[in-house]
Amino acid sequence: MAAGDASTHSLLRFITCGSVDDGKSTLLGRLLYDVGTLADDQIEALRRDSRRQHQSDDVLDFSLLTDGLDAERQQGITIDVAYRYFHSARRSFIVADCPGHEQYTRNMATGASNTDLAVVLVDARKGLLTQTRRHTYICALLGIRKVVLAVNKMDLVDYSQAVYESIYADYRELASQLGIGAVYGLPVSALGGDNVSSPSIHMPWYAGSTLLDILETISVDPVQSADFRMPVQWVNRPDQNFRGFAGTICGGRIRAGDEVVVQPGTHQARVARIITATGEMPEAHAGQAVTLTLDREIDISRGDVIADAVRPAPEADQFAAHLLWMGDEALLPNRSYWLKIGTRTVNARVTSIKHKVDVNTQAALAAHRLALNEVGYCNIDLDHPVAFEAYATNHVLGGFILIDRHSHATVACGMLDFALHRATNVHWQHLDINKQARARNKGQRPRCVWFTGLSGAGKSTIANLLERHLNARGYHTYVLDGDNLRHGLNRDLGFTAEARVENVRRVAEVAHLMVDAGLIVLVCVISPFESEREFARGLFAEGEFMEVFVDTPLEECERRDAKGLYRKARAGEISNFTGIDSPYEVPSAPDVHLRTSGGSIESLVEVLAKRLIHDSDPTGAG
Amino acid sequence: MNTSFSHLDALEAESIHIFREVMASFQRPVMLYSIGKDSSVLLHVLRKAFYPAPPPIPLLHVDTTWKFREMIAFRDRVAAAGDVRLLVHINEDGIRQGISPLVHGATVHTDVMKTAALKQALDKYRFDAAIGGARRDEEKARAKERVFSFRNAQHHWDPKRQRPELWSVYNTHIHSGESVRVFPLSNWTEMDIWRYIQRENIPVVPLYFACERPVVQREGSLIMVDDDRFVLRAGEKIEIRKVRFRTLGCYPLTGAVESSADTLDAVIDEMSQSRSSERQGRVIDHDPSASMERKKQEGYF
Repeated sequence: MAAGDASTHSLLRFITCGSVDDGKSTLLGRLLYDVGTLADDQIEALRRDSRRQHQSDDVLDFSLLTDGLDAERQQGITIDVAYRYFHSARRSFIVADCPGHEQYTRNMATGASNTDLAVVLVDARKGLLTQTRRHTYICALLGIRKVVLAVNKMDLVDYSQAVYESIYADYRELASQLGIGAVYGLPVSALGGDNVSSPSIHMPWYAGSTLLDILETISVDPVQSADFRMPVQWVNRPDQNFRGFAGTICGGRIRAGDEVVVQPGTHQARVARIITATGEMPEAHAGQAVTLTLDREIDISRGDVIADAVRPAPEADQFAAHLLWMGDEALLPNRSYWLKIGTRTVNARVTSIKHKVDVNTQAALAAHRLALNEVGYCNIDLDHPVAFEAYATNHVLGGFILIDRHSHATVACGMLDFALHRATNVHWQHLDINKQARARNKGQRPRCVWFTGLSGAGKSTIANLLERHLNARGYHTYVLDGDNLRHGLNRDLGFTAEARVENVRRVAEVAHLMVDAGLIVLVCVISPFESEREFARGLFAEGEFMEVFVDTPLEECERRDAKGLYRKARAGEISNFTGIDSPYEVPSAPDVHLRTSGGSIESLVEVLAKRLIHDSDPTGAG
Repeated sequence: MNTSFSHLDALEAESIHIFREVMASFQRPVMLYSIGKDSSVLLHVLRKAFYPAPPPIPLLHVDTTWKFREMIAFRDRVAAAGDVRLLVHINEDGIRQGISPLVHGATVHTDVMKTAALKQALDKYRFDAAIGGARRDEEKARAKERVFSFRNAQHHWDPKRQRPELWSVYNTHIHSGESVRVFPLSNWTEMDIWRYIQRENIPVVPLYFACERPVVQREGSLIMVDDDRFVLRAGEKIEIRKVRFRTLGCYPLTGAVESSADTLDAVIDEMSQSRSSERQGRVIDHDPSASMERKKQEGYF
């Protein structure tokens, strides 16, 4: 434990980048050791581990301090971010010690996202490597604007000033290409402790600060816009007399009496009180977690942003953004994902990948999908507008994650650049006649019945019979058949996973329009992915969407093979055929599960019709 | 820029943010309350996060029945304050089997009375988010763990498949049966905890302060004789020494340190000079080096 009053001094969060051989863990371990953070029993444990690893009593292997997982120690590499904490006389530090391998880029991004500064290590013998470039690019992408370049292993190049100067110059060039303005270089030997916390006796030509000096004194201003912004996390209403909006301020400052606007939207109010548990405050600023009350009743919920009324945040539902893909499954354009930005979660689709970026060379490449650890520059479409800021000016309102609707995994992080103009120029036209009015004239409740199942499962046959039933009773219906639509609306789409996602999206949107027109729509598409079926469900009101799983075993579909497609697929004449060489995700909770092998088609349709007719009568009388 | 906004202020704000995120995103959150100093800080921040509303998240104490008596008395005083709901869970199977740290050793006792008991309680109340006071500076495996740490339906942690966690944007989506463990104090150090206790005047169990206590030397640790279940081995004798504890757990498994630090200031002063780590007194950690990682994978907090 070091001296210094940790209760009052400032905090610096930094990341260390470099590969196994650069001596990153050794440098960090040395720093912890020098400031006295390591306790005697930790040093003793380190001595034990070093002896086991190296079969020698003389080595104190500092890398063993930071690699905490069994797999990491066995493989001798860092897989995940390790966080380290230390205080010096002047500052408190949080270090994100990050893996250097390309396959763990997502973990490096995790570490970089919360830091103000990067310490980049370069081996003096090797100079800049591909990975130096990649690490610097990832840091720049995540918004780090200051880098300390530590040229390590100076002992192995005879402490040569020329070697150091040359690497430093190369790196400054690289950093400026990537938009990093400030680089602080220094020559070190982590093993010997040269220039780590005390000046090197071997490099009298270096008159600059030690690493510890730089870390203690470097100024970092957090990225946050000057205008007041607070995403609402939680509405606090312990009783009828109190209604407060809790959140962490992510930009500017606020005083009681200030005029604010609730975004997205235009409702304005004045801040009545700024409340914390230690008392009411006249003023609060970015970084503080507070509760605000307003002078009038406005409908505000989690996800809204309370902002300066004079200078509100821009709002949009279409953006250009950099995406770092982190999912094991590739990004599929037009698939619907959850997007979480600040405290708001909306549905989002990547409508196009403008290009992908080679993380090693930063070359722009054409791409149709993004795989794990790839970076792309993309257009993104949200189903609701959000208040935002460019990532470069506000990390909270400009940074977002994408979540897979099916697996719930975090599959990407994104940095917003700017809104696409279409969003601000295309307005939703208000119409007087709505769905309820149209449905009333037809005397029915509009519905979307969504048949999913393998090719040849019997979706169209069942839908056809069902429509005859409904039509005979005077209901207004329409069948949207996947095959038929591929002759027109979806003529441009093939059968790859990307094309299937877009196919289902279009069908779902058309079905949505028809339900809006008051119809009962029967949709027959294989729709093999749970994510797209969930997307379709999400377009409709509660109870309006009925997912029917037409469950016919693959062997049975293949035996029937009415269109001869299974035979062709087996023969390799057609590819991406669902059930053969393209997956079908069985619905986990369909509204109706039709097992076609169990009974006659007629009796199944009978059951379906009864349920639908009962539900579709607005009087509910059946 | 904000010179009055200190390191501790930043840590407190981050922890409040995490508490609110849990409350807004989960159906049945709970806060694991272990009575120690970290739990005291956690409870203090919990109250702040939702002020002026009373804490909307209940507390759960997994009682191994071997805690220090002073801990239980302290816990009951906390519950008596009346603003929080405290649930206590004991593994009754373990009681019936007569599991004891003195007979079965640290590992079996911890597995049955802590890890298994915790899983029982989480399943019984169907909690989907369990908030704990663990800090990343405590141990190497903890240094790697996310703030929102995903657990499968068997409560297992997979260190190789952790969700990326960027900025303060937490992915709170889980399937039914799955859960998360949440650690609002992830970025605090032991020193931060004590400075904050001092600044905020937070009550803690008196065992943290030096006092003359009956102890026995056993396997290199000073074990306090807290009740008559403690059986002396041949050659052992009870001595009265001035000791205190850096961490608190089950009394037969928690080593005391000789100390004269009997006030908060003296404790902080002693810590500044200290050359040993916090968990040194924990008998449970003295298994192979990576034991915490294994325990966590199996569902330990």
